[in-house]
Amino acid sequence: MNRLVARRNLYSNHDQLKFTWKRGYCSGGEAAAAAGSSASSGHLNHDEHGTFSGNEQPYDLAIVGGGMVGMALACSLATKPLTKHLKVAIVDSNPALANKLSIKMEDPPDPRVSTVTPATISYFQDTGAWQYVQQHRHAYFDKMQVWDYTGLGYTTYDARDVDKDVLGCVVENRVLHSSLLSRIEDTDFQKTIYPSRLASMIRYPSSSVKADGNTREASYAKAGLVKLEMSDGSSLYTKLVVGADGAKSQVRNLAGFRTTGWNYSQNAIICTVEHYVANHTAWQRFLPDGPIALLPIGNNFSNIVWTMNPEQSSDLTAMNEDEFVKAVNHALDHGYGPHPKSSFSNGTNKFSFLGGNLTMSINESFEVPPKVVKLASKRAAFPLSLMHANDYIAKRIVLIGDAAHAVHPLAGQGVNLGFGDAFTLSRIIGEGVAVGTDIGEASLLRKYEAERKPANVAMMAVLDGFQKLYSVDFGPLNALRAAAFHAANYISPLKRSIISYASGEQRLPMFP
Amino acid sequence: MAAKLLSRLRQLDTRLISPQHQRPFFRNARLFSGQQIPSSDSHPSLPPTPTPTPTPLPPPTAGSAGEKRQRTSSLKDHELAKFAAISDTWWDSEGPFKPLHAMNPTRLAFIRSTLCRHFSKDPNVPKPFEGLEIVDVGCGGGILSEPLARLGATVTGVDAVEKNIKIAHLHADLDPTTSTIDYVCTTAEKLVEEGRQFDAVMSLEVIEHVADPAEFCKSLAALTRPGGAVVISTINRSIRAYAAAIVAAEYILHWLPRGTHQWSSFLTPEELVMILKRSSIDVEEMAGFVLNPLTGKWLLSDDVSVNFIAFATKKAEG
Repeated sequence: MNRLVARRNLYSNHDQLKFTWKRGYCSGGEAAAAAGSSASSGHLNHDEHGTFSGNEQPYDLAIVGGGMVGMALACSLATKPLTKHLKVAIVDSNPALANKLSIKMEDPPDPRVSTVTPATISYFQDTGAWQYVQQHRHAYFDKMQVWDYTGLGYTTYDARDVDKDVLGCVVENRVLHSSLLSRIEDTDFQKTIYPSRLASMIRYPSSSVKADGNTREASYAKAGLVKLEMSDGSSLYTKLVVGADGAKSQVRNLAGFRTTGWNYSQNAIICTVEHYVANHTAWQRFLPDGPIALLPIGNNFSNIVWTMNPEQSSDLTAMNEDEFVKAVNHALDHGYGPHPKSSFSNGTNKFSFLGGNLTMSINESFEVPPKVVKLASKRAAFPLSLMHANDYIAKRIVLIGDAAHAVHPLAGQGVNLGFGDAFTLSRIIGEGVAVGTDIGEASLLRKYEAERKPANVAMMAVLDGFQKLYSVDFGPLNALRAAAFHAANYISPLKRSIISYASGEQRLPMFP
Repeated sequence: MAAKLLSRLRQLDTRLISPQHQRPFFRNARLFSGQQIPSSDSHPSLPPTPTPTPTPLPPPTAGSAGEKRQRTSSLKDHELAKFAAISDTWWDSEGPFKPLHAMNPTRLAFIRSTLCRHFSKDPNVPKPFEGLEIVDVGCGGGILSEPLARLGATVTGVDAVEKNIKIAHLHADLDPTTSTIDYVCTTAEKLVEEGRQFDAVMSLEVIEHVADPAEFCKSLAALTRPGGAVVISTINRSIRAYAAAIVAAEYILHWLPRGTHQWSSFLTPEELVMILKRSSIDVEEMAGFVLNPLTGKWLLSDDVSVNFIAFATKKAEG
């Protein structure tokens, strides 16, 4: 009998304890606490756990790095019914996040641009952010010409080869970023911006029960939540940390992810140039030291991405503007080697036995890119490297974008891989919420890794292969490359496959 | 295949097979299977743990439902640490409960779609089960109960093994959304005696461990409100299931400890439908779980020959 009484007393004590602990979660207005508290409403009075400041509620996600890829993830979560209720913290010291800078059409184009593939465009359209991109300068292109300095071959790609209207669209990075931000502002997505840098990350393994009472911190630690501490002293707890902070990712370093990669011993110079006429084609010429690409941005402007040795890049950035324009025209036109011959092979195509519809672009002859008239921005140079994180996930941590992989810019794929990561992760989080999973669970994150890693690695292998293939000037290799140009130009099924892989419609090369 | 099976079963005239005939079969099957059966009839439903000898426990003190709950804070800190260490294996998705964790999202997908359709809830919201009271009979460590709570349901988790309830409670308290789950160490029959009723009754991977499935189904039916739902999942008594669930899973791949399942206590879909029908529960949908050996993913399919799940409803009154 006494034991029963003792047990009853313990129960009532626990009700009290349990209720005050639950009150910690009440300050955010969570309805869950109400369910357990009906029995012990009389014990509200003593509050032994100090103040509960609203900032220390655990977040569902913390996106470290509010760049294009981080904001793409936030935008995608904000616009889907299953995920728009998630509480998200964004850690980035960029002031553009808090006060959106307005970009006017009259502003000169920023040289930092990206080529977005049709797959990325459709992701943006699904979230509703593409309408904002269309309000600023953007340039669709439907043709692309690739050749090299040997003059032995060239390939022209046309969007109509795959029955599409565009091969891609060139947009300034700041436009993409602000479009995603605008779309998020439209929704009532609960996001909190922490305008500082990540200083440290503490992840508690759930078995280390540091029982220092029932403080909120101890309970978060027991739950295995991640604690992020920022350089300005603020801190937050979250169920999932998303590292979207670029190639020198702090999240990746703090979490101890190992990476594989190498430097390319090449620098890329980027700048904006102007022509007399509008440019609607993307041009890429492989030179002995690296490719030069001319991408249309709109309104007679184009963007140059010129890869070369570090010594040459410092020379070219140092020389005056007229000299530089001359060098660019030289590189795009007659410099380093002759023009390839257009093969108008009298109407008969050697490869027509392969069947299939002939692509339209077979009959297009070689064209010289439009002449650059003047430089429209400062020149910037940065080193190139390849980097791939061996794992994209750990418990409660996931990497997306450049934090997970960095590639050569020669095919404009880098940020598209990042957007692919962001939108895939958002979809997988939605699937997890649909079946009540804790979004930081490793099994859910592994689904994301299993989907993105093969695609990213395949693309990186292809790009790295191209980079190596074109960096050697060796007779037989030149002939091989020329044969490759001819094959890509005249074998229609191959050309279609290349276009659809580069457009993001096909996930892996070679497999339909 | 599941759809054809269901239509065949609906046409079956159950009066041809009398209830008297069925019950001895089940009881004999249990006697010959070598399964551990407690001699007293006060524990008709066995716990679904893989440990071959479930610890028999005295039933909790009778009283109001509020006082029956076992509390973890009545234990000292060192005991908490001990339970915390054990709780990792229930919740260790690479540990001995790995198949259950792998199957969980698939089962939840089935439950979500059938319950949303039955209760006319919008499936496109993060908490479609808001306002529903669900009981998870044989909840174990709470692998099913926690996602159900995250989907908005008011969940009561029931298990006859006190250890499991403690583990479930410890783990659920880590997340504020799941800390509202009411874990009780009791049996379905005791809940019926208390007169509790729920909108939906879940009993996944339990009925193959129960001494008398027919009585168990009667209890499940009594726990369901009229117009409510019952979801049962189990393993089919087929040759393929013997090869897959017993030989492969227990002896070759060591996914489960040996002796977890007895082939003779598996139920075929037809038997399950019939014993539910006798408790006035109509099976409306059935699906099978199939494991893709290459990807390691479980998928819903029409193939009910090994694992299958059934969604049933109780007729609304009037």
